[in-house]
Amino acid sequence: MKKNKPCGNAPEGNEPEDNSRRNFLKQSSLLTAIALIPGVAVKAAEGHFDEKVAAVFEKVPVSIEINGKAHKLSVEPRTTLLDLLREQLDLTGTKKGCDYGQCGACTVHVNGKRVNSCLTLAVMTHGKKVTTIEGLANGDQLHPMQEAFIKHDGFQCGYCTPGQIMSAVACVREGHANSEAEIREYMSGNICRCGAYPNIVNAIMEVKEGGQQV
Amino acid sequence: MKQQQDPNKAAYTEGISRVDGRLKVTGAAKYSAEYNQGNMAYAVFANSTITKGTIKAIDTKAAERAPGVLKVITYQNAPELPGYQTGKDPSKPPAGGGPLRLFVDNTVKYNGQPVAMVVADSFERATYAASLIKATYAEESFQTDVTKNLDKARRPGGVRTEDYKRGNPDEWKNAEVKFEAEYVVPIEVHNPMELHAIIANWTADDKVEVYAKTQGVKSTQNAIAQAFKLPKENVQVTTKFVGGAFGNALRTWPHETAAVMAAKLVKRPLKLVLTREMQFNSVGYRPHTLQKISIGATKDGKLTGLIHEATGQTSSFEEFTEGTVNMSRFMYACPNVGTIYKVAPTDTNTPTWMRGPGEATGAFALESAIDELAHQLDMDPIELRLRNYAETDPENGKPFSTKFLKEAYEMGADKIGWKNRPSKPGTLKEDGWLVGYGMGSGVFGAHRGSATVKATMQANGTLLLQTAVTDIGVGTGTAMTAIASEAFGIPSERIKFELGDSSLPPSPTQGGSAITATVGSAVHDACLALKEKFQQLIGNGGADQPDYVKVLKDKGLPQLDVTITSSPSSEARKYSSYSYSVHFVQVKVHPATGVTRVTKVVSVADSGKIASPKTARSQIVGGAIGGIGMALMEEGVIDHRYGRYVNADLAGYHVPVHADIPQIDTIFVNKPDFVVDPMGVKGMGEIALIGMSAAVANAIFNATGKRVRELPITPDKLMA
Repeated sequence: MKKNKPCGNAPEGNEPEDNSRRNFLKQSSLLTAIALIPGVAVKAAEGHFDEKVAAVFEKVPVSIEINGKAHKLSVEPRTTLLDLLREQLDLTGTKKGCDYGQCGACTVHVNGKRVNSCLTLAVMTHGKKVTTIEGLANGDQLHPMQEAFIKHDGFQCGYCTPGQIMSAVACVREGHANSEAEIREYMSGNICRCGAYPNIVNAIMEVKEGGQQV
Repeated sequence: MKQQQDPNKAAYTEGISRVDGRLKVTGAAKYSAEYNQGNMAYAVFANSTITKGTIKAIDTKAAERAPGVLKVITYQNAPELPGYQTGKDPSKPPAGGGPLRLFVDNTVKYNGQPVAMVVADSFERATYAASLIKATYAEESFQTDVTKNLDKARRPGGVRTEDYKRGNPDEWKNAEVKFEAEYVVPIEVHNPMELHAIIANWTADDKVEVYAKTQGVKSTQNAIAQAFKLPKENVQVTTKFVGGAFGNALRTWPHETAAVMAAKLVKRPLKLVLTREMQFNSVGYRPHTLQKISIGATKDGKLTGLIHEATGQTSSFEEFTEGTVNMSRFMYACPNVGTIYKVAPTDTNTPTWMRGPGEATGAFALESAIDELAHQLDMDPIELRLRNYAETDPENGKPFSTKFLKEAYEMGADKIGWKNRPSKPGTLKEDGWLVGYGMGSGVFGAHRGSATVKATMQANGTLLLQTAVTDIGVGTGTAMTAIASEAFGIPSERIKFELGDSSLPPSPTQGGSAITATVGSAVHDACLALKEKFQQLIGNGGADQPDYVKVLKDKGLPQLDVTITSSPSSEARKYSSYSYSVHFVQVKVHPATGVTRVTKVVSVADSGKIASPKTARSQIVGGAIGGIGMALMEEGVIDHRYGRYVNADLAGYHVPVHADIPQIDTIFVNKPDFVVDPMGVKGMGEIALIGMSAAVANAIFNATGKRVRELPITPDKLMA
């Protein structure tokens, strides 16, 4: 259980600044391994340790900037960014649709790039900037993509919408919105079961052609 | 008051935008799993790995000892629910069977059935602990393939499922031109983007608050009140947003009752979100259905006989039926018609209604067969339909309240460029692709039920409308706002429509394309009644549009309200009322790979007057896309050796994505039907999909000369 030591030793809520910890956090394969190990906690439980002790041992401190706000958090290594946002931070705008990176409903931006937050462990975003749908508008002023989705009715039930919009913004920023066909290709990771696809494409085309800052 | 726009002439971006659009694009719209509360407990299921049998032993010790676990529930320790007392004797099942009840005994009826529920203080901990549950089983032989259980097919009980005969159905055998073929629709799964979810919070021993994914807050309230023997008003159900459902939230599923029970046991608010896998085996599906169509016609295309037979799948413990064969009774004027509908059980979860239930399956067969007959007659398929056009309902002799199907054929044919359709299949090529055109019609009853709406003019001049209906995504709030704006005569910005709360006045469950007519009528009537009440308050000579804020102030009233129940007229029973659609598509099929691309779509709807053009267009577009999925890619695949789904996720179960879908043209006939309701609207949710799969199959035949009668039409079926 040596691998678990860095987790166990990190005091809850404190952000260690040393490089070794940073390097450790970059080893995502190692993290995955930890996530799969029953871990200290089970051992603790089996040995009749107090559960609260186990809980501390299970968690890792991370610093993440979310929608411009710095968060110092303590998360289990197996917690996904999606579940962190939805269950611990009450940022429920990011949606869970499959948990396998197959539907795109959970799309957020990490350091400006679109990612499936269900396939991203929360600890992988340590030291990074995360933008969710809640952070896209400028106060009361909607982002041009949000305006365009309303205008073109780029949704029905609205559940895939935050993911579609985050993906659409990235699609334009990436330079992948030069034609309807290109938009369709680069938006195909975002499923809309209500079938608002033509309206979404029209919304993206309008934003792209409008030349607004996205 | 704004004049209603012509929904065809208006740009697609005109008309009222979704009233909840801002909430949806900012992430502020709250779906059922999103009412986080302090001290939340999380439930996760451990599911059966066998298909049929009994649990011999279930070891929950490791799970119980895992960190954060509050409770592990199995049949061994689950409390008996008071409402489960009745009809429990398995030797005497009630007619039609009974719903599955979780944790009442050790039987396993289908693969993936929950055998234990783990409740922990976090989602991760519950998920991990659920993986520690170990069950051993006594397995029994099973059958999940309906095609192997046809000897067990039976005529079900239920409305409009009995055999139907008009004239002598066998007359088709004596016709100059005969045609007979079998069609297969596989299991399809609703797969809305939102996972089924429920939050339950007991606020007292006999009081519970529930946030549930449901198409009917009142029906969920009833079901929970019954299971726990509570007064209805002690069960509060809130469903402000539903992330799509397409039928899979029409009933209260066993997992929901289990979650409410678990919340009571752990005395904490509890959240249960089903996994994507569990969308396949816990919340219904479109049943695998086998059909046979037999038709006879004269050489000039007059139908002389038609038989439509279908056998649909149901579960071993419950009887599910739908109107698969019904449209064949009245769609075409034919003197001799017979329909036979049967169900055959499989060891699976029970199917449920999926968008265009029954009719979508039936229309694939009937509308494919009509196309095949047209080819055999060497006749344009629209011409064949016109020669058998039913001017009155052939099933009951009643006049149609409105029917503009002929107009719809014409409008769609014109828009898609039907004249370009090659009369000989497989003859039109473009850039190495085979090109074809096809069409198919859809029909669904223009239903209307009863609903109650409270309309309140508030002191600030906002008109508040309240009723317990849900919006599964189609834009109910928007359509109701549009109807109220027209009926009351104030701009939509001054109207607020409140829904999704079981404490509001009753509305029916959202399904069967009936909500705009049903709730819309109540909104309409409530608006007129409130206007009238204002007129009485003001006295004679009041302006048609008084200054409501001033009137309330002058009279010293905080508000003025009416509550109105609106029901269909008896006059309506003298008519047959249906909505119709005609879908036209152009496809390109790659001759070497068998890949089909849908390149043009025109969907025409005869759904009465269009209440809300912008959302109506989206609803038709969405249904058309659902139909394209049905035609080309959707299939729930069970490995029948093990009784288990092999594609229970969105990588294995294909639904249309952006790259599959072109621009889609919609046309509304937009003629009111005032028999159905005072606004003249008819439903459109089902017809948006019904008929599309046949249109695609017919277009593929036109492109390739290959007729595929088993959905989905995947490349392998076109390569041979």
